[in-house]
Amino acid sequence: MAIPKIFVSDTENINVEDVRKQFPVFSQAENRELIYFDSAATSQRPQFVLDAWNKFNTNYNANAHRGAYRMAELATLEYEKARSKVAGFIGASSEEEIVFLRGATEAFNLVAYGWALKHVGKGDEIIVSELEHHSNLIPWQMVAQKTGAALKFIPFDNEGQLVLTEYEKLLSSQTKLVAITQMSNVMGSPIPVNKFIKAAHHVGAVVVIDGSQSVPHFNINVSEMDADIFAFSGHKMLGPMGTGVLYAKQKLLEDMDPMMFGGSMIEDVDYLKSTWNQVPWKFEAGTQNIPGVIGLGAAIDYLNALGLQNIKQHDKSLTVYALEQMQLIKGLEIYGSVVERGPVIAFGLDNVHPHDLSTFLDNKNIAVRSGHHCAKLIMKRLAVNATARASFYLYNSKNEIDAFIKALDQAKEYFSKWN
Amino acid sequence: MELDDLYQEIILDHYKQPRNQGQLSNATVHISGKNPFCGDELDLSLIIKDDLVQDIAFKGSGCAISQASISVMTEQVKGKTVNEVRELIDKFSGMVKGEKKIDLDTLEDLSAFQGVCEYPTRVKCAMLGWNALKKAIDSEQNNEKTEQNDAKS
Repeated sequence: MAIPKIFVSDTENINVEDVRKQFPVFSQAENRELIYFDSAATSQRPQFVLDAWNKFNTNYNANAHRGAYRMAELATLEYEKARSKVAGFIGASSEEEIVFLRGATEAFNLVAYGWALKHVGKGDEIIVSELEHHSNLIPWQMVAQKTGAALKFIPFDNEGQLVLTEYEKLLSSQTKLVAITQMSNVMGSPIPVNKFIKAAHHVGAVVVIDGSQSVPHFNINVSEMDADIFAFSGHKMLGPMGTGVLYAKQKLLEDMDPMMFGGSMIEDVDYLKSTWNQVPWKFEAGTQNIPGVIGLGAAIDYLNALGLQNIKQHDKSLTVYALEQMQLIKGLEIYGSVVERGPVIAFGLDNVHPHDLSTFLDNKNIAVRSGHHCAKLIMKRLAVNATARASFYLYNSKNEIDAFIKALDQAKEYFSKWN
Repeated sequence: MELDDLYQEIILDHYKQPRNQGQLSNATVHISGKNPFCGDELDLSLIIKDDLVQDIAFKGSGCAISQASISVMTEQVKGKTVNEVRELIDKFSGMVKGEKKIDLDTLEDLSAFQGVCEYPTRVKCAMLGWNALKKAIDSEQNNEKTEQNDAKS
């Protein structure tokens, strides 16, 4: 399947009009006016990804790693091809370090059950940042509760940056695991994880990085970063829902127990016990989301063809513009940095609950997220129950931001009668 | 649908000046409610005696829909019997979920929330207080049963 031609050159700037034509959601009659500013929750999907997904279903639907006939072999081949694409995309040293799961959440749970419960004990410490999405927090709470290990937290500053000096004070020979996001899904802050990983390795701790927000927008290289474990979801990077990736260094994967048991994850089976398949397949029990993974592979082809550098540039110019305009609105508060941030902006309007604001914007066909963003530790730190959040991606335009700013002004006017 | 159909005058009035705020020191039942979807919080206290809701108060923070809904609810249930309250919970829930044809006249001020059914995600906001109220009367009735059983044994 050919990738749309306009993307062949990686020096070309993103032409939003052309990009949008490739995302069928925007051409549906009911969505013509839609301004979709919630890509941090889930991105839209290009036809190219849907076609790959659909082609599996219509042309070669068969189970992978099982049958020895043409279709089954093709299914296996395409499924495993996606694994190589992911490995290349994030700079893993081998595709055997890539495990396909349902999403980042499942990846963290697998590490919690399969590795942490085995290696963390009473008296040990787990360090988690206060920026974490619940998916990279609750599994570690579970581990702490089951093992008697202590949980310690890295605070963040007003810019949404983790405080390195505080982190260094927490590290000790007791530290077994450190869990950090590469970009906050609320504060939008890109975290210089390399420094945090290096410091953790000094004390022999394993580092888990949440790449859910960073992978769709930035060039990632897990080998250079030296992350022990890195996880992300497919659906925030143009891929299908129900797809996710766990990367872990081969030695760690070898040492990790499976969480799911059943078909295809075994090497040999006897009455009372069995042995496991080699990594990564020992973690992929049962029939996998094969069309989803193939769709994720297509999403990577699409992002590569467009060029992550170009996407980053595009996202950045939108973010800078939105921040500039939003700061002109009196009574609007932006949480986190107005300088150094990815395309995710959490904000609030004086005396207006984010849900009411979101309903108002929805009435203008603008989709923003409102709530605690599955990051209640951040809400506690900001001393709010909820915020609104606008997030941008390759199909968004400056015109949309203009409409958004205008709607925010109107919201201010509308809600002023409530005070 | 126009936004003003959702945010009716009664709702705004209760949002701006919530009734029955606070905590009852001599409450017979006490429930805290949370909307896991948005983080809204509620602390509801009631005095239920002789099958009557004699007093009710709340503390909470949240959006206009959730706070106004709780405020109107406290006004409406005060002085009603537990069975009457249960009936009202059913009616209100049926209306905001758009499940039932409800005679709106019987709901008085609560009919202001009829627009909520057009906004499925906001149903949880409108129901926050009512779900807590249901929990409260359930737990109160369970307590009574236990006490009666204790007395028998």
